[in-house]
Amino acid sequence: MATPTSGFTGRRQNRDTDLPPGQYLTGSFPVMSAGPTPRVSLADWTFRIAAGPGRTHLWNWPQLQALPQEDITTDIHCVTHWSKVGTTWRGVSLDTLFEDVGSDAEYSMVHSYGGYTTNVPLADLLDGRAWIVHEFDGEALPPAHGGPARLLVPHLYFWKSAKWVSGIHLMDQDSPGFWETNGYNMYGDPWREERYW
Amino acid sequence: MRRSWQTAEVSSTRPETARARTLRLRLPDVVTGVPGQHVDLRLTAEDGYQAVRSYSVAAWVPPRELELTVEELDDGEVSPFLVGVLSVGDQLEVRGPVGGWFTWTPDRAGPLQLIAGGSGVVPLMAMLRSHSEARSAVPVRLLYSVRSPDAVFYRGELAVIGQENTQVMIDIAYSREAPDGRPAGRLTHEAVTASCFPPSDAPSVYICGSTGFVETVAAWLVEDGHDAGRIRTERYGG
Repeated sequence: MATPTSGFTGRRQNRDTDLPPGQYLTGSFPVMSAGPTPRVSLADWTFRIAAGPGRTHLWNWPQLQALPQEDITTDIHCVTHWSKVGTTWRGVSLDTLFEDVGSDAEYSMVHSYGGYTTNVPLADLLDGRAWIVHEFDGEALPPAHGGPARLLVPHLYFWKSAKWVSGIHLMDQDSPGFWETNGYNMYGDPWREERYW
Repeated sequence: MRRSWQTAEVSSTRPETARARTLRLRLPDVVTGVPGQHVDLRLTAEDGYQAVRSYSVAAWVPPRELELTVEELDDGEVSPFLVGVLSVGDQLEVRGPVGGWFTWTPDRAGPLQLIAGGSGVVPLMAMLRSHSEARSAVPVRLLYSVRSPDAVFYRGELAVIGQENTQVMIDIAYSREAPDGRPAGRLTHEAVTASCFPPSDAPSVYICGSTGFVETVAAWLVEDGHDAGRIRTERYGG
């Protein structure tokens, strides 16, 4: 039973969409990250899926751009309580990138330039639920927001949508990534409010 | 950390600036936190409407209290209430502490470099207070960038620490308006370099402020040769 706070009325937001519990709408786009923003040139950029020894699939920037591109409009929910509705992105579905990857692994570790990692079950990256995106709001994705390219997996809290993504390593067992070893939940479903340990 | 919500009571308040104040909250149980961590606050209206926000802890006051410093945001829903309305004896709910990365404890070796933009000083103040309480011999430098003299949080306490603790050097940079005889202006790369330990000292660096502030200052330090792996950042925004 929640304790009321004397005198607090709040400001209810008019909206058509429901937000997950404990979230509020923001019009701006806050940034959550752990350290300096890595600068990755497009000439050096690669993205890899490592499915096991000798089974690495690698794309460079022109190869990523040559794949079918999708436009995505979605709500995003940050563990620090803000949500942003109707954000627009452009990028490549992970279903496309995983087309030729054979594996029985059930888990994945997403890696980023700069050393950041986050764990996501493989099933959550497939079936039209995750993308490697390189445009936000019609513009090239700025470095502060994860450019040149970030993972977008909007049905989980936004720290799972790793900025500056460099690759996905498939794993047989689940294992915590960076924020997950620093107090955040292994899965991170905003609708079940899986914020912390 | 405590995953469940606990009902806390406001035990005291004090103004920091015209737009910010410190709230001391008393919890029902013993609370142990680390400098740099934050807590979630939940406010519930009479009709059940709730709002939740995260705030950095400014001070841990054993055994059962903690302090937050909240600055009023122009378009805020919660911060104007916390700064202007909430009173001693009022109740609100607290969850946490949260966060295991943007933290510092006195057992951490090497110089400590703190860089704050505006209200980003709050978690860094928790580190500085912990350093003082532990009588740590670790050298500390704080660079605190603010708009004007009347926007400085913890003014008296910072002056005392800067005077009395020979391990601590505090530089306040004023961007809009400075005290008599001092320059005001946008923080420059040169000023940041001059107020920081050199890369050869391998300091642990903590930067907290707006996204723009953190982006700019962190990039300068990397350019100066600081190891990106030693720079920890926290941004506020919204």
